[in-house]
Amino acid sequence: MLKKTLDISTSPHIFKGRSTNQIMKNVVWALLPVVFFSVYSFGINALLVIATATFASVLTEHVLCKISKKETTVGDYSAVITGILLGLTLPPSFPLWMAFIGGVIGIALGKYIFGGLGYNVFNPALVARAVLQAAFPVAITTWHPAFLPDRFSSVASSILTLPFMEPKFDAISGATPLAAFKFDGITTSTAELAFGQISGSAGETSAVIIILGGLYLIARNMMNWRIPVAVLTSAFVLSGILYLINSEVYPSPWFMLFSGGLMLGAVFMATDMVSSPITPIGLWIYGGIIGILTIVIRVWGGLSEGVMYSILLTNAISPHIDSVIKNRVYGTQQKMKAA
Amino acid sequence: MALFNLHKNTFKHGIHPPESKDETSGLPIRQFAFAPVIILPMAQHIGAPSEIVVREGQEVQRGQLLAKANGFVSVPLHAPVSGKVRKIANVPTISGKMSTGIYLEAFPFSTQEVLEGNPIDPDTATPEEILQGIQDAGIVGLGGAAFPTHVKLKIPEGKTCETLIINGVECEPYLTTDHRVMLEQEADIFMGIKYLLKVTGAERAIIGIEANKQDAADHLTKHLPKDLPVTVQVLPVKYPQGAEKMLITSILGTEIPSGKLPIEVGAVVVNVATTAEIGRLLPHGRGIQERVITITGPGVKKKGNYLIPVGTPLRFVLEQVGVDEEISEVYMGGPMMGMAVSNLDISIVKGTSGILVFTKKEVNRPTTIYPCIKCGACVDACPILLNPSKLGILAKFEAYDEMVSDFNLMDCFECGSCTYVCPSHIPLVQYFRQAKRIVRKREAEKKEKAHA
Ligand code: SF4
Ligand code: SF4
Repeated sequence: MLKKTLDISTSPHIFKGRSTNQIMKNVVWALLPVVFFSVYSFGINALLVIATATFASVLTEHVLCKISKKETTVGDYSAVITGILLGLTLPPSFPLWMAFIGGVIGIALGKYIFGGLGYNVFNPALVARAVLQAAFPVAITTWHPAFLPDRFSSVASSILTLPFMEPKFDAISGATPLAAFKFDGITTSTAELAFGQISGSAGETSAVIIILGGLYLIARNMMNWRIPVAVLTSAFVLSGILYLINSEVYPSPWFMLFSGGLMLGAVFMATDMVSSPITPIGLWIYGGIIGILTIVIRVWGGLSEGVMYSILLTNAISPHIDSVIKNRVYGTQQKMKAA
Repeated sequence: MALFNLHKNTFKHGIHPPESKDETSGLPIRQFAFAPVIILPMAQHIGAPSEIVVREGQEVQRGQLLAKANGFVSVPLHAPVSGKVRKIANVPTISGKMSTGIYLEAFPFSTQEVLEGNPIDPDTATPEEILQGIQDAGIVGLGGAAFPTHVKLKIPEGKTCETLIINGVECEPYLTTDHRVMLEQEADIFMGIKYLLKVTGAERAIIGIEANKQDAADHLTKHLPKDLPVTVQVLPVKYPQGAEKMLITSILGTEIPSGKLPIEVGAVVVNVATTAEIGRLLPHGRGIQERVITITGPGVKKKGNYLIPVGTPLRFVLEQVGVDEEISEVYMGGPMMGMAVSNLDISIVKGTSGILVFTKKEVNRPTTIYPCIKCGACVDACPILLNPSKLGILAKFEAYDEMVSDFNLMDCFECGSCTYVCPSHIPLVQYFRQAKRIVRKREAEKKEKAHA
């Protein structure tokens, strides 16, 4: 005999079977090689900074959920991404207590006050990084050279600075290629940049590994390819034009593409789905603005690196892009019959 | 301007759910057993319910008129079996509402011969006579919509129909009804097209078939009659290509203006099984008594395509084919747009194209709902090119007016593609269905007030 009660539900009754936390988890997978390479080139210092930022993000997310008596949302992995990304933007010799504060700020200020995942206007990791930059201008621009021989055995004294103390940096801090260019007019070869043999923040070193991570996500349809393509193309074109105008003053477009945080920003930060537009045309515009702003800040601004601020600024206008650029709805503005 | 005429042979966006048709697409249509009692709701089509013309205790013959059409947007109902009207009472329907209905007790040893009515000759009948014949046969869209076919075929004053499109797309996963009809009933289909060309005045007919039914396309192409302007067009597989708007865009490359009917672009779309039914019934003046239904899904033992009398109780059907002990959900129609059945005491109606049985294992309805992460998957899926993400957020704030005025809510035809792809498992289409209902209700109230 057939049972009498059946479960009912509304259509559709089948689903693609992909979930948001799966996407987030995959972003974490794609970031791990970047983390590994960072640790390989900067040693334990980088590991400690990234781990601290991540731990602080996840902890903050959990605590905030508990405080507002909600079920914890750490399972969606978005806090892990914020933490890793933040860690990757910091110098490897960054004091850990500051990194910890960054992690807390990213989640609390960058995400939670907006209403949590899905409602944040800005990329949380970049909010944290901007606040840290304002609060600790010296620490955040003191770079640590890569491939020091003792990088796996010794910890930079600065990173263990006690909370609320100013760090003392070792004498050997290196200038980043962008700063070297901007302030001293020295350029670094593209090959060195692409393979990360330079000093810089933990994650702005190996463009190749970042690109591979991005390709993985694009192939799995978990990242919108239009954003990195738009960012990199517009940055390349604008710096190319400048280079053609005067190659004495302006660096080559390849240098621009592979130096600093542009690659990491284009692939892993500008692509944050929540803070980017939703329509294809909107995405092109959004990416284009980021690329152009980055070059403008680098060339004419007071900072050597402009990716972070360009993404934050463009995040702010992203909702407006969405309200201006909409898909043409089917059956409105009648298409002409094929004649 | 060649660039703007790039006609891709399909519509924009859409999704590719697993087809799940292999298990039944090769099984020929088989006659189903007659149930001891047939239950016929009068409201089984869109429009006014049919009006009963028999009384309790009356003996009726198979094919005899049981209820007549109640107005233009309505159709009559014929006896699917010979038997005795046992009771006229309220019967349950899938929507949960009750409808007036007839309980018909089948005569066990009747030959079940079918009564003949007024035959309509395809060569001599006028368009008006054919239109009347189609209504008299009780024909509604068999693809699932159950909209009275003759209403759709009545070309409004001032419009002309150039193209008759026969819908053999069957884009819903699991269903193979139309596929089998195309393979087995080509003569009926072409006869139906003959009537339809005449009634619409169309110059040509195109049968649209998705590429996963190439055998059906080949079969029909092979049997194309020389005296009819019919062609077969094979389309790439994509859901929801079977929707009228999408199919017209796929075949003609034009869009139907928002809020308008296909006739606006000179087209009329008729489902292929409906066409076959017209071709089979009209020459004899008979009424529709049975239809082909795919019964499938992991919970079914004897899967297949069955010819089942209208009014057969669902419980009887499932007992005949044998279902798993663990069945958890039963759908009428396909898995994308079909309705879940809450009660096995409802019966097969004219619009039932499939019965799908899922056990606990297959029901993979996600339980965790995440916030919208603006991934854009829904935007890339929506065939109407809406922004379901934004609509979903607005629905949460009950901003119905904005949904309608700025985001074209009323153009959503509830295909479910957005919900299917959403990684955050937001029940978007459910929100939209509800929002549309509320908007319609408000509008009706406004109208009433204006009249008062
Ligand atoms: S698919 Fe879901 S999560 Fe993605 S944009 Fe649409 S509603 Fe948001
Ligand atoms: S259900 Fe509506 S909004 Fe969703 S994809 Fe279909 S038409 Fe678009």
